[in-house]
Amino acid sequence: MRSLFQNADAPFLTRDQAKSLTDRVLGMAKADETRLTLNTGWSGNTRFAGAEITTSGGITDTSLTVTSTVGKRRASATTNVLDDASLRRTVDLAERLARLSPEDPELMPELGPQRYLTVNAYVDATAALTPEARSEAVKKAVDAARDAGRATGDMFVAGFLEANAGATCLATSRGLFAYHPSTDVSLGVTARTPDATGSGWSQGAARNWTLLDPAALGRRAAEKAVASRNPVAMEPGMHTAVLEAAGVAQLVPSVAGALNARNADEGRSGFSKPGGGTKVGEKIVDARVTLFSDPADPDLLAQPFDADGFPLARRVWIENGVLKQLAYTRFWAQKQGKEATGGGGGGGGGFGGTPGGLKFPGGSQSLDQLIAGCQRGVLVTHFFYTNVLDARSGLMTGLTRDGTFLVEGGKIVRAVKNFRWNEAPLIMLNKIEEIGRSERTRVGQVMPPMRVKDFNFASLSDAV
Amino acid sequence: MTSRRDFIATSAALATTVAASRAFALAPERLVLPAQDDPFASELALEALNAAKAAGASYADARVGRYRRQNISTRERSISGVSDAESYGVGVRTLVNGSWGFAATSELTKDGVARAAREAVRLSRAARAVQRRPIELAPVAAVKGTWMTPIRRDPIDVPIEDKVALLLAANEAALKVPRVRFVTSGLQLLREIKTLATTDGTLITQTFVRVGPSFNATAIGDGDFQSYAEEIAPRGQGWEYIESLDMPGNAERWAALAAEKLGARSVEAGRYDLIIEPTNLWLTIHESIGHPTELDRAMGYEANYAGTSFIAPPEKHINQLKYGPEFMNIQGDRTQEGSVSRVAWDDEGVPADQWLIIEKGIFKDYQTTREQVAWIQKLTGVSRSHGCSFADSWSSVQFQRMPNVSLLPGDRDLSQADLIAATDRGILIRNRGSWSIDHQRYNFSFSGQAFYEIRGGKVAGMLKDVAYQSNTPYFWNAMDMIGGKSSYWLGGSFNDGKGEPGQINAVSHGCPPARFRQVNVVNTARSL
Repeated sequence: MRSLFQNADAPFLTRDQAKSLTDRVLGMAKADETRLTLNTGWSGNTRFAGAEITTSGGITDTSLTVTSTVGKRRASATTNVLDDASLRRTVDLAERLARLSPEDPELMPELGPQRYLTVNAYVDATAALTPEARSEAVKKAVDAARDAGRATGDMFVAGFLEANAGATCLATSRGLFAYHPSTDVSLGVTARTPDATGSGWSQGAARNWTLLDPAALGRRAAEKAVASRNPVAMEPGMHTAVLEAAGVAQLVPSVAGALNARNADEGRSGFSKPGGGTKVGEKIVDARVTLFSDPADPDLLAQPFDADGFPLARRVWIENGVLKQLAYTRFWAQKQGKEATGGGGGGGGGFGGTPGGLKFPGGSQSLDQLIAGCQRGVLVTHFFYTNVLDARSGLMTGLTRDGTFLVEGGKIVRAVKNFRWNEAPLIMLNKIEEIGRSERTRVGQVMPPMRVKDFNFASLSDAV
Repeated sequence: MTSRRDFIATSAALATTVAASRAFALAPERLVLPAQDDPFASELALEALNAAKAAGASYADARVGRYRRQNISTRERSISGVSDAESYGVGVRTLVNGSWGFAATSELTKDGVARAAREAVRLSRAARAVQRRPIELAPVAAVKGTWMTPIRRDPIDVPIEDKVALLLAANEAALKVPRVRFVTSGLQLLREIKTLATTDGTLITQTFVRVGPSFNATAIGDGDFQSYAEEIAPRGQGWEYIESLDMPGNAERWAALAAEKLGARSVEAGRYDLIIEPTNLWLTIHESIGHPTELDRAMGYEANYAGTSFIAPPEKHINQLKYGPEFMNIQGDRTQEGSVSRVAWDDEGVPADQWLIIEKGIFKDYQTTREQVAWIQKLTGVSRSHGCSFADSWSSVQFQRMPNVSLLPGDRDLSQADLIAATDRGILIRNRGSWSIDHQRYNFSFSGQAFYEIRGGKVAGMLKDVAYQSNTPYFWNAMDMIGGKSSYWLGGSFNDGKGEPGQINAVSHGCPPARFRQVNVVNTARSL
């Protein structure tokens, strides 16, 4: 049993143990200000391919980062060796590095005690996922996939199951103490037909292991693989696209990732206005698009503070198509007279990822309904190797993968070869025909499937 | 002039020298710091092996890793981060009835490592439930020894003020350029001490030093912004490499390219002859040759993540697939001086190797680890592992990772200027930009940092918004000229991702500039 609060032998530190460790280390510090970041956790994983387990592992580790501030100088040192001598050496190193570093004019003081949203992101069932239980789950997924693909022969099944249980803890010399335990688990399955012309994929992720159904995931991957056999070449061009939620989840978060207010103010973002200023308050995408972060949302359950210990709250970035606000670090907020949103990480740093999770509440239609409403288009399971081609517009490129289909007259007609596409999410969000029902695409992320016009499928890929 | 044949022969001779000196520390005359063993780590590792055997393992290895990573980043006239991280722990891998298990812990006591060893055995046994064929390891001779990256000065030990001063001097020089408003620069410095013990009797300790600098400038003007990132290769070298780059002396020239891009002409999409500099081509080699020739990928082990390979199954491709023209030779190695993948032994205790993946344009062999040798031995006649086992941390299990994969220079010692002079209408592409490739490594997209139009054998001005989108078999067979030995350059990356859970790998790729006929170029500009 890996339960956090009942078992003194839990492979990561309890709140009391973390408090006692951080108190001890703060007692060693001589800098003007000190912040401690403690990451403590266990991770268990099982990887499989060719319908057998290829590697599996169990890892326990606790690491402590000491961030020291002397005047306007700051630096950090990290160790996972937690005896007193090593801790003292790490504190000394951080303080020495800080003294040697030049002054940082953008340095913000460490935070004192804060109030955070209550987020219960820890589930015992996930923390208790033993090697035997993981093997059993993998067997269920593999067996279901092989059964579902039986008609095509011996299905090649590969995938990965990983469970994490642990806690993040922050403490500062100004009296802040934050401890957030969490669990997460994901299971991904890829099935390939024996003739190597079909490939399918499915994935589930949750804080709570009991919400995942390994057999259903295996079955879905295999069904996709069988349906995607013998794809034909379809002429590249601007086609209507029905994107499953997993595909949308590979495009839309880049919009949130570009919300950095400083970049926009400095004229180097898609949210900058030519000639100065930002697009806040302007309608930038379809009126059906709303994007927000909220650590306490039951579908997100994200950590309620950022790397500085700054409290994360509900933030609506885009509402009914209008850009409502940009992301402000503490430094940039103070400089511009705005409210900080968190996600900074100390000085003038960027807006990394989307702390507080990201949710795109969708419509009411199912994926099948989105397909039924499509006269002629391409159904996309998900994407691969997406990357930004042009920072100004956020133009991305990438490929379709694991099940790409021609839809005609509201029905899936046949499998087509994969495409490379070049498309800017901000432009795509202005070409929406219909938004479907949203679902959890990964832990801390909820996205809907959607049907969009004129998606730029640029060239063919022979990859299966 | 050395012919290509001579170049390969020379390389083979070098490999023999390396092989002959494997039993002890290599090239001692180049070392300023002696390679050291780590008695404490060795003792823990042996303790773990004993516990694994006692619990029923037929084979086990224990890897104690002590990693020190320093990162310094700056923007304009200020520092955006100074960090120093140490990570210390042990990973134990076991075979029980032909199934792998792995467990890792940072609890470095006899009890702690013994517990990890027993946990690994438990994982091996659990994996049996879903196992179809037992793992077989190719033999390797037991070895005892130490090795260290040859360096003149340990980068971690250089005072932090000197490191920051160097970066800020580069930024200051860049900010002199009109319209250049933003600059970032950084240093990633790394020292890893790895001790490996195996139940085959191997006990080795290696110290790896790697350095990775970066520089990026952004210019703003006319309602536009353009960035230029200099392609500064990471190397398995010491501080002397950072000094040799003279970042403060070059930064103004680099930053001027960002400003010049503001006025560059937007490319007209179409087919062009491309002359690709080594600063860009290394990544195309990495993605379109390095990854598809990983044997685990070809066998489907990465199917759920990074994908499979178009070079599968092996029996239909080894000695058959025509990858490119006859002058195309691709070498895999973990031996090149200064490369980031260089080792004396890999993470299974296999001595560093050097071999041809593609010879005279024909695909010959994959990258392998011990368990993979038997899969293709009958096809290649190779009975040893190529030494491609690597784990990025003590907490990660070792698996097949890319060695240095390099395009060998051509017979004639042609320069880049010779390639340009021979080209009537084309585009010259410099440095790595955006990259993307499909999951079987056919269809790819690469951009760059600076692009120049070539007309009538001459450079005719700067272009922007360029990306080339092609597919691997077409592209490499469209290569019709390559530079010679003196145009060879070694690029690379610290951060090649593969595996689940994800691991990173440092890898170098060397190549000369090369010309490719009639490749599809797209224009990447869009207006919002």
